[in-house]
Amino acid sequence: MMKRKARENGAASLPGFLLGKMLRMALLLLCVSAVTFALVSASPMDPLTANIGQTALGSMSQEQIQKLEEYWGVGVPAGQRFLAWASDFFRGDMGVSLLYRQPVSRILAEKLANSLWLMAAAWVLSGVLGFVLGVLAGARRGRWADRIISGYALVMASTPAFWLALVLLMVFAVWLRWLPIGLAVPIGMDAASVTVTDRLVHGILPALTLSLTGISNIALHTREKLIQVLESDYVLFARARGEGTGRILIQHGLRNILLPAMTLQFASVSEIFGGSVLVEQVFSYPGLGQAAVTAGLGGDVPLLLGITVISAAIVFAGNLAADVLYAVVDPRMKRARSGR
Amino acid sequence: MMGPITQRRKGRLAQKLQLHNGIWGNRRKTAAVLGAVCFLVLAAVALAGWAWREEAAAVDFSRKNLAPCLRYPFGTDWMGRDMFVRTMTGLSLSIRLGALTAGISAVIALTLGLASAALGKWADGVIGFVIDMVLGIPHILLLVLVSCAAGKGFRGVLLGISLTHWTSLARLLRAEALQVKESQYVKIARRLGKGPWYVAKEHLAPHLLPQLAVGLVLLFPHAILHEASITFLGFGLPPEQPAIGVILSESMKYLAMGRWWLALFPGLLLVLIVLLFYAAGNGLSSLVDPGQAHE
Repeated sequence: MMKRKARENGAASLPGFLLGKMLRMALLLLCVSAVTFALVSASPMDPLTANIGQTALGSMSQEQIQKLEEYWGVGVPAGQRFLAWASDFFRGDMGVSLLYRQPVSRILAEKLANSLWLMAAAWVLSGVLGFVLGVLAGARRGRWADRIISGYALVMASTPAFWLALVLLMVFAVWLRWLPIGLAVPIGMDAASVTVTDRLVHGILPALTLSLTGISNIALHTREKLIQVLESDYVLFARARGEGTGRILIQHGLRNILLPAMTLQFASVSEIFGGSVLVEQVFSYPGLGQAAVTAGLGGDVPLLLGITVISAAIVFAGNLAADVLYAVVDPRMKRARSGR
Repeated sequence: MMGPITQRRKGRLAQKLQLHNGIWGNRRKTAAVLGAVCFLVLAAVALAGWAWREEAAAVDFSRKNLAPCLRYPFGTDWMGRDMFVRTMTGLSLSIRLGALTAGISAVIALTLGLASAALGKWADGVIGFVIDMVLGIPHILLLVLVSCAAGKGFRGVLLGISLTHWTSLARLLRAEALQVKESQYVKIARRLGKGPWYVAKEHLAPHLLPQLAVGLVLLFPHAILHEASITFLGFGLPPEQPAIGVILSESMKYLAMGRWWLALFPGLLLVLIVLLFYAAGNGLSSLVDPGQAHE
């Protein structure tokens, strides 16, 4: 089954394989934006009441209300609005955020810069630590190391990210006062005088929360895979030949769990993004996740659309990267391609 | 399949396990009993919280902002509401909502898994594409979008969680159904002129039921955690409801004042409930999985 699949994929040349994947990705992205648009426009929420408030609306004149309705696009058919949005998007214009009154692309760039290093730190940290802990647990199956690591992973998998963020906030910011309570920079400081250390200090807790939750999934899956490998007949045979545990682990274990680990690592991008939405909310960290929540609560359609499309693009790019790495790293696929 | 050496090793393992049989029965039985206990505890929490729903909203300013003590084990909040009662009501709400949403999700997963196996390549391709699309949007963001579309509140949570949790289970069921579809008796049934609908209903679906049951129970934790998350963000249950997400969201304002109990205990109990669901799911899977029958 596995081999057949490898041959099927590998039969096409690498550029052809890539092109197919990229086409699928573009089509997926298009559908994601259409579905997102449909969902956002299906919302019964009135952007006027959500942002201005019932009382303020009551005291306004009819003309003012009409002006505001025009601004928020009330009354224009959804299909027409989607086409207008999509054609602008292809030209690089993502529209103007209704809440921030700035081009969406500028807001996205600003928020992404804040979020990206946070997510990247969590991604690398959780990937490396998760892999190491998973291998450790799998190799020492049933021993105390395995029990501690598996127990930790299971508890973390059951813990909502935002509650963990709250607990860390209580311990390190309120109780011990080691770290700031939120935001990306100290309050009331102008942008020029913010140092790199300031930014780092403010990012520690959010990044830590994301990493702590991210580790569990990767560790659990790596452990599972390694146990599967160690129970196989070829490992039993290697043991019978007299190979030691360390050698078996490096020669047979790591090589065989590397591919699924890679897939897992790239698939975790989506999870880390989701976690960052919650964590940024707790720490009032001005990143992409917090912008998404603000846009959702305020009915800011262009911004919400932009964030969804960007995040979906990041997720699909991660999947694509995993596919490409697979094709490059897996010797079975390499051999099938060269026709041997 | 299994080499003679492996078999012998398994035999020795079984012998070792025999030692426990006197007290515990076999491992399957232990797991089943543990699973049943988990189910009972969860049902009890669901009932207790439902019975306390009036008390959870009771305001009493004579007892506000109390730290945890014997009378109020989880303390009270700024309106003098008993946090223990509120937490239980919130958990009960989570469990009941989780049951509803996980049930709907499982039905969607079964339908699409079966359709993808029974209706041929074209349907399989379309369903695979939809699954990829749903998985492409980060889950929390998709929840926010669906909840917004449904107008937030109870309906938003219900639709959001039901419509986004079926993907992995649908994939699992599809793979299983495709395997059964290749078996002799299904091929014979097709040759005898039975339609795809008949085959799906009579031959494929019964095989998927054990997987579906385990999948359903393991959907609960995700559903509950996401319900709390989406409510916490403000897209879920309304603030009048004592949901865990609402309780934790409200506690944020009081954290800097050192009222740690408002956040600590409700979250801790939520984690416990989710762990109970995992344990219950494991118990169930050891009962229905034939691969574990000999343990």
